[in-house]
Order: sequence, then C-alpha cells, then structure tokens
Amino acid sequence: MTAIFKREFKSYFLNPIGYIVLAVNFFFLSVYFTYLYSLGSAAIEDVIASMHFIQVFTMPVITMRLFSDERKHKTDQVLFTAPVKLSGIVLGKFFAAFCLYALCLSPTLIFEIIILSHVKISILPYLYSLLGSLLLGGALISIGMFISSLTESVVIAAVMTLITDIIVLFANSFAMLFGNDTLSNILSKIAFVDVASRFSVQVFSIPDVVYFLSIIAAFLFLSVRSIDRKRWA
Amino acid sequence: MIEVSHLSKKYGNFLAVHDVSFSVGSGEIVGFLGPNGAGKSTIMNIITGYLSLSEGEVKIDGFDITRDPEKAKKRIGYLPEIPPLYPDMKVKEYLNFLFDLKRVKMPRAAHIDEIMEITGLKTHQNRLIKNLSKGYRQRVGLGGALIGNPDVLILDEPTVGLDPKQIIEIRSLIKRLGENHTVIISSHILSEIQAVCEKVIIINGGHLVAKGNITELSESLSADKTVSLCAVCDKAALKTALENIPGAEKVEEKPEKTKGACRFVITPKSGEDIRSAVFDAVVSLGGKILELSANAVTLEQIFLLLTENAENADAISMLKTTNKKEDETDDGDI
Repeated sequence: MTAIFKREFKSYFLNPIGYIVLAVNFFFLSVYFTYLYSLGSAAIEDVIASMHFIQVFTMPVITMRLFSDERKHKTDQVLFTAPVKLSGIVLGKFFAAFCLYALCLSPTLIFEIIILSHVKISILPYLYSLLGSLLLGGALISIGMFISSLTESVVIAAVMTLITDIIVLFANSFAMLFGNDTLSNILSKIAFVDVASRFSVQVFSIPDVVYFLSIIAAFLFLSVRSIDRKRWA
Repeated sequence: MIEVSHLSKKYGNFLAVHDVSFSVGSGEIVGFLGPNGAGKSTIMNIITGYLSLSEGEVKIDGFDITRDPEKAKKRIGYLPEIPPLYPDMKVKEYLNFLFDLKRVKMPRAAHIDEIMEITGLKTHQNRLIKNLSKGYRQRVGLGGALIGNPDVLILDEPTVGLDPKQIIEIRSLIKRLGENHTVIISSHILSEIQAVCEKVIIINGGHLVAKGNITELSESLSADKTVSLCAVCDKAALKTALENIPGAEKVEEKPEKTKGACRFVITPKSGEDIRSAVFDAVVSLGGKILELSANAVTLEQIFLLLTENAENADAISMLKTTNKKEDETDDGDI
C-alpha cells in the first residue's frame, strides 16, 4: 500500500495535474480570504465552505486517472500480479488523492494563524469546517475513484465524475429550483454541500461524520469489487 | 513448480481456454507456442493471477493462485506482452517502486544494481521510461520481472522489438536464468523457442494440442523419417542399389542442381535407420557422397501440422496418443 501511495502521490507532480489543482485551489482560497479580510470577517470556515464549489472542477481532475490510466497503459498488470491485496491498491490510491486534496486546503492554516494573530476567537469553527471539508473531499474522491475504475478512458472518467459530483453536492439546490419542498427537505439531509455546511456552523454531529465515512467506505468497497469483477469478465 | 490442471476460461459465452493441463518442473525452460489468439497470453495472465479462471486449478510451488494469491504471486516474475511501465517514471525509480510493491526483503541497492547490470540498463537508469526505445522498455519490463528474484519467470514474447544483438543477449540471459529459475516463454519465433527451450507446450484455439520435449515431438511426428541423399554416381545403378537396401521402402528421384550429381529421397520401412546402408551402397558403386541427411521434422513443421488442425486432425490425434503414453510413463510432468 505504501509503495502505491508514494508512487501515486509523486505522479501528481510528475505531470502538471498536481500543480494545476493546487494552483486553482490556492488562487480561489486567496481570493475568498482577501475578500473576507477586506470585509473584516474572521470566519475562515466561510472560505472553506466557498471552496466546495471549486471542488466540482478539481475533484474529477484528481481522481480521473487513478484506475482508468492504469488500464489504458496496461500498468494494472504490474499491480494485480504483485503480491498485494486489491484493497491495499485501492487504499494506496485513495490516500494519495486524499493527501493532494488536504494539501489544497493547507493555506487555510496560514489564514487562521493570521486571523488568530489579530483577534482572539475560538479555533473550533475552523477545525470543524476543516474536518467537514476533508470528509466531503474523501467522499468525492472515493466516488471519483470508483468511476475511474469503470472505464479505460480518462476523459469519460472525468466527465462522469463531474456530473456525479454536481448531483451529490447540489442535489438540494436542484430540488429547491423545482420547488419540491418534500424532496428538498430530504435532500438537505444528504446533499454533500448541506451536510458539510453543518460542520461550518459549528454543529458537530456524529451522524454527519458517520454519513461521510460510510460513503467513503462504500465506494472504496465498490472500487475493489469493480476491479475484481474485471478479472472475472 | 507450476501445476495447471483442467484450466478453462470463459469470456461470456466465448470459451477462450478449454481444459488445459500441464505441469512445469523446477528449473525447466518451457516454450509456449500457438498462433495469434490461441489463448497463450490468457493462460499466462491466469497463471500470474491477473485474470481469474473459470474452472480448474493453478498452483505455483504448491500455492493455489485463487486461494493463496499473495504467496503464489510472490514466487512469480511476469513480463506481459506489453511491458507494464509508467512512462513518467525513470528506470531506476520504476525498479525501486517494484522493489517496494513486491515487498522484497533483500539489500535494495545491491539487488537493483545487479538487475540493471544483467539487463544492461545501467547506462539508462536515469532516463525517463517514455523516452526509451522499444528494446530498452522491454529490458525494463524484464528487469521488473526479475525484482525479488522469483522462482518462476513468465515471459510473454520477451524478445519482441529487440535488435538481433539484443535478441541474442536476452536469449542467453534467459538461458542463464533457466539454470536456477523455472521459465515459461511464449514466442512466435520458433527458432527462438528451439534455441532456448527443451520443452514446448502448443496451444491452438484454447486447446492444448501438444506438450513435450522438442526432439520427442519431432520424432513422434516423423514416424517415417526419410533420408535425403545427394551423390556423384551413376544414376540408374545407384537407384537400383538403393532399392535393394533391405530397409528401404521407397526410393524417389529428385531434381538436383549440382552438375553430375543426383538426388534421392529414400523412405525407410518404419523404425529402421538405413543411413549406413545408403552410405555403403554409394561407396560400393565408387560414388562420392555430397550430402546425406535424415529429414527430422522441425519445430516449424510441428507447429504448422498441429495448428492447421482442419487438415491435420490425424496428426493431432496421433500426437495425443503419444502424449498420453508419455503422461503415463512420467506422471504427467512434461
């Protein structure tokens, strides 16, 4: 698992993908922070929440190559004939993508330090929203990885992930658009953005954490099954 | 070392491999032959655990590839048809990655150095794989298979894309590796199999059509081994003399380009070696032999005979009976 994690994480920076993802995230983080700062607000959690919209575009880029590229270049042969469990391969790749995502959010740490040097406020809202954002990212990565394991084409993986991410993130907003209140009420409980936003208003609820963790676990499991199924096809 | 029994693989309704059984003993180099699409790569992919099997069993050193995949895979080094290389990695980096991936417990630097030495990659260790030529990529793939010094090497067309000098190098490398590894090589180049392997397994249409020692196979196919003779001698007299050899069944005259010489092909009665009698016949007439050879069946002929199955159903059934006899005598071990 460690070998795959190391290779995968490194590979983000062997081509422009890693740099582009980081640059886009850093840029928008800085823009939001500067805007917030100019308003005199100290709520970094708002910056983090605003970033969820950006993830719709960066997540597919992070996850699209995870398995589809391996299949296309037949490099999966080296992974699946090595004495490693499939779950080890999936986890290695998941954590590599997750670390890149975590790195994307790292500037918020500096922002928080800057804020704390000015005013004495509780650090908890920041930590909660960071946790929410990391869980949301993990869920999107596991979904993206699963989609990537379904196809040989990087482009199809990216587009499918983009569409799926839009649906799971903003399902509630769509329901509201169509004025369906009952549906909207249900979706506000499960749409990723709504769940993650509850973290930033300092409502730390175990069910929300469990919700994201179970989505991550479910799609990691599905990824393993999807890869294994290819061996039987 | 490798035991494959009643292996079948279905892709949907398509039966890619049907009831293939063979075993390869420790330290043997076995050639895997078959026309395109015969199922060679599929079988190799199943043995290495890349593909699953529909029916049957594959054991590597006693470990089942489906039930005990990690232990079985640890004993295998695999070079697939297209070497599985990450184009954005450097040669040494890739070998290091495989070293970690296979969780090899050997001194890292020395082991990787040794592998780069024997595959001739030392000079290219810091080059990006995407910038390498096909021959060098093949070497990196081979180097990858050798990481961890596995007991079993499975090489799918290892010399494809190499120049003649590299082919000779790789062949001698495989021969050297065969001294302390069990090797299965697939190839379309029959002379290569003949040069490297003692034994062959021939697959056609997903079926195993022949397995065994190359010489034994050619002997079993050439039940009536003919003798070809080219001599400077009186043609008519020589023909009579040849016909009078007790072991000779049929004497045929063939055209000959050399001036003053004549050529005959003599078919002996089955099982008899008439070469010395032919020699004596020419000498007794005061002639001079330019050429005398027994026409053994070459691997090319075996291959064609067995794979053009429509016309050669007889030959196949004949071979199968010979194989059965072999199986009975040596317990199925080819």
